[in-house]
Amino acid sequence: MEKTIRKIFDKKHISRTISYLVVIGGFVAVQLLMNTVGIKSLFRSLLVPTCCYIVAALSLNLVVGVSGELSLGHAGFMSVGAFTGIIICGVLEPYLALNWLRLLIAIILGGVAAAIVGLLISIPVLKLQGDYLAIVTLAFCQIIKSLLNNIYLGIDSNGLHFSFIENRVSLIPGGKMLLSGPMGATATTRLATFTAGFLLILLSLLIIYNLTYSRYGRTIMAARDNRIAAESVGIHIRNTKMLAFVISACLAGMSGALFGLNYSTLQPAKFDFNLSILILVYVVLGGLGNITGTIIATLILYALPELLRGLQDYRMLIYSIILIVIMLITNNRKLKDKTDALIADIKARLPKKGSAAHD
Amino acid sequence: MAFLSYLINGMGLGSVYAIIALGYTMVYGIAKMLNFAHGDVIMIGAYTAFYCLTLFKMSTFASIIIAIIVCTVLGILIERLAYKPLRKSSSLSVLITAIGVSYFLQNLAQILFGTDPKVFPELMKNSTFSLFDGQLTLSYKTLLTIIVCILIMIALTIFVNRTKTGKAMRACSQDKEAAQLMGINVDNTISITFALGSGLAAIASVLLCMTYSTFNPTLGSMPGIKAFTAAVFGGIGSIPGAFVGGLLLGIIETLTKAYLSTQLSDAIVFMVLIVVLLIKPSGLLGKKIHEKV
Amino acid sequence: MTKLVQYPSGAYVLERDAYSTPVLETYHLGIDFGGLSAVNNFNIIVGPTEISGLIGPNGAGKTTVFNLLTKVYQPSKGTILVNGHDTSKMSTVDVNKAGVARTFQNIRLFDKMSVIDNVKVAMNNSMNYNPLHAIFRTPKYYKEEKRIHQKALELLDIFNMSDLAETTAGSLPYGAQRRLEIIRALATKPLLLLLDEPAAGMNPNETKELMETIRGIRDKFNIAIILIEHDMSLVMNICEGIAVLNYGRIIAKGTPKDIQNNPVVIEAYLGKPDQED
Repeated sequence: MEKTIRKIFDKKHISRTISYLVVIGGFVAVQLLMNTVGIKSLFRSLLVPTCCYIVAALSLNLVVGVSGELSLGHAGFMSVGAFTGIIICGVLEPYLALNWLRLLIAIILGGVAAAIVGLLISIPVLKLQGDYLAIVTLAFCQIIKSLLNNIYLGIDSNGLHFSFIENRVSLIPGGKMLLSGPMGATATTRLATFTAGFLLILLSLLIIYNLTYSRYGRTIMAARDNRIAAESVGIHIRNTKMLAFVISACLAGMSGALFGLNYSTLQPAKFDFNLSILILVYVVLGGLGNITGTIIATLILYALPELLRGLQDYRMLIYSIILIVIMLITNNRKLKDKTDALIADIKARLPKKGSAAHD
Repeated sequence: MAFLSYLINGMGLGSVYAIIALGYTMVYGIAKMLNFAHGDVIMIGAYTAFYCLTLFKMSTFASIIIAIIVCTVLGILIERLAYKPLRKSSSLSVLITAIGVSYFLQNLAQILFGTDPKVFPELMKNSTFSLFDGQLTLSYKTLLTIIVCILIMIALTIFVNRTKTGKAMRACSQDKEAAQLMGINVDNTISITFALGSGLAAIASVLLCMTYSTFNPTLGSMPGIKAFTAAVFGGIGSIPGAFVGGLLLGIIETLTKAYLSTQLSDAIVFMVLIVVLLIKPSGLLGKKIHEKV
Repeated sequence: MTKLVQYPSGAYVLERDAYSTPVLETYHLGIDFGGLSAVNNFNIIVGPTEISGLIGPNGAGKTTVFNLLTKVYQPSKGTILVNGHDTSKMSTVDVNKAGVARTFQNIRLFDKMSVIDNVKVAMNNSMNYNPLHAIFRTPKYYKEEKRIHQKALELLDIFNMSDLAETTAGSLPYGAQRRLEIIRALATKPLLLLLDEPAAGMNPNETKELMETIRGIRDKFNIAIILIEHDMSLVMNICEGIAVLNYGRIIAKGTPKDIQNNPVVIEAYLGKPDQED
């Protein structure tokens, strides 16, 4: 028991402990607020999307931060997961009354679908490097959006009806359109819950941390730090990066499924280039490879425009200015040297106090 | 004959892409950054020209010149204020800053000019002329766009290869430190590159508005992404590459819309890009960089 | 002490290695860069316990030879046999699995990772668990991670670096970085170790220490070593066979003594006597 506790608060694992504490603490705090003081419906409506964005950002961090490849098409995987989840739920609705089970199946299959798409995409994508890799992920995101914009899918007592580009789906009465081209999903049963979002974040933390602290995490980071050296010690770069890419796609798909089932209507255009960029901003500002940072950056940056809602039209303008200023400050060499010196100073003083307490 | 007319229309669209792509590619070549705000400079150019024409009742020529000046100054300002302090930072930091600048310009435009689409005044009559006994009909606008693009391309090639500033730009794009040691003012050279790219964006904005006739603050987004794609397609950093990439992208897009599917044209354009990059991983005219071991 | 015997092909090999399969054989190995031949008709045979040196003036193509042997570059022509297996068509990864490990002239460590993780990466192919074991932390994961941790520590200990196990590799002093690169290469259990200028940037004392280390590696791990080096005292002291490269061609082969007295080698390094005035 003592060994376990010591391990949890071990220096090496402290960042992991903090991540879990932040997430669990956040969940408990929100639950308490909801059950005592109550929270505004605006905030209540933000809970599930926040969870989804956190999971999406965490999964993107695996590719951009840990694996070191710039991906500009993360929203594509979310959309694959979202619409798979919506379809699965629509199909299962008559047969499965348990909402949570339907949601669970939808999230899992959404993840699986996104993982398969991720695997297929990773084959060409990982042949490229740097900015060329980035543009191809962007291209795939556009292709996915474009294809989803043209899918018409309906369900009635005869089963599923599908058509592409033109809506030729005719349903017998009682039937329901699941996807209608650019309109997307129009009558989804909202199944997503905050608890599901919380559990999904925990699952992503588990997968990402356990993978990072294993032989796979080591090889992924080695391939990032020095490609040629990694190959020279027998690391297969493409397989290594593919693992990170596919797991990232899978988690993004799961977050997408939860996201999709949080709204009664959802258009494919929601998952565009801007969403990919938005998630990328969370990851970069949270610190590449820094998981707690990613969670906190997502919380603040997602909440920021909502908090600025009072300023109406100016909120996005202020948001963009804050974004630029943060980048300029965090990259300011003089300022960085000063803060580094300050942190070193504090660190130098701390152990002395600690030992004094022991005496 | 229909094919020929689609081809020429595609070249018209491609010419606009090419002019925008030149801005991306020149900036990438010298600053090694993806200037995501480039598309929004186009939008600012469009509003400048629009207000010069409608509010101040200026002549077409004067309006275009003012748009060019405004965009050039804007380009230099963006570079000096937002990108220059980050020159030694990671490329991702610069990318995020560029995204910030892009959001800033878009939202500023929304506040200043409103989100409702504006109708761009007609600069030249939408007249057409026929060739081959009326079998081939072309509009003067398309022809003008192609000619403008070719002229820009020629002028730019001469500028980069023959003038002192152009040579300084090429030197900086290869090795900034060596260029500095040779007495080249790197900061100024980078600013000039941004200025040039932004000036071209202003020309592109007028050409875009002539084609689409209405525009709003998100005008630059889609052409921006397409032109960026075109620049990569041709080999980012290469000026002839941007020209070829832009033209090809325009042609592919137009032909796809004509013969395959309007709804899927974007998907097909991007698929072609992926296939090209798989065959030529550094674009059509891009140089392959070998890592020294 | 060292004695070379000649094969019918004309190649030399150490007497004690003469009856075992050579660890490395190259035949007519060559590469062109844009029509310019960087390495041409490169033929060597290295015995399984030999320390050999590859020397030559700057730009002679020494590192290119290493890049060819490890398939960082694709040879334009020729054959490479590692322990009797043809590796000419293999990838860098497979060449390493076949038994060739190397260090780099400009140190290439995994800078942001700890010293021990650098070693563990190189031991990755000897580990046996899949991603699901990692994600769900099965007993197999713990068993394997413990085993590899122990092995990595043992290896670091041989080189007196186990104290630095948790240090970030990029923050190590220069000499320690070079040592870690050698340890990392050894962690892949190679038959042949290629060292690219291991003594570069070292002072005479450090070089002397390195000399002992290299000999120690050969004796302890029982492997062959080829090193590229400009420090002639080091090369002449520890190498048993030497090949001299100039303009991408081997101009001389033999024992250190042969090489020291070879007029062709002296000319390549110092130029022709009549060019001096």
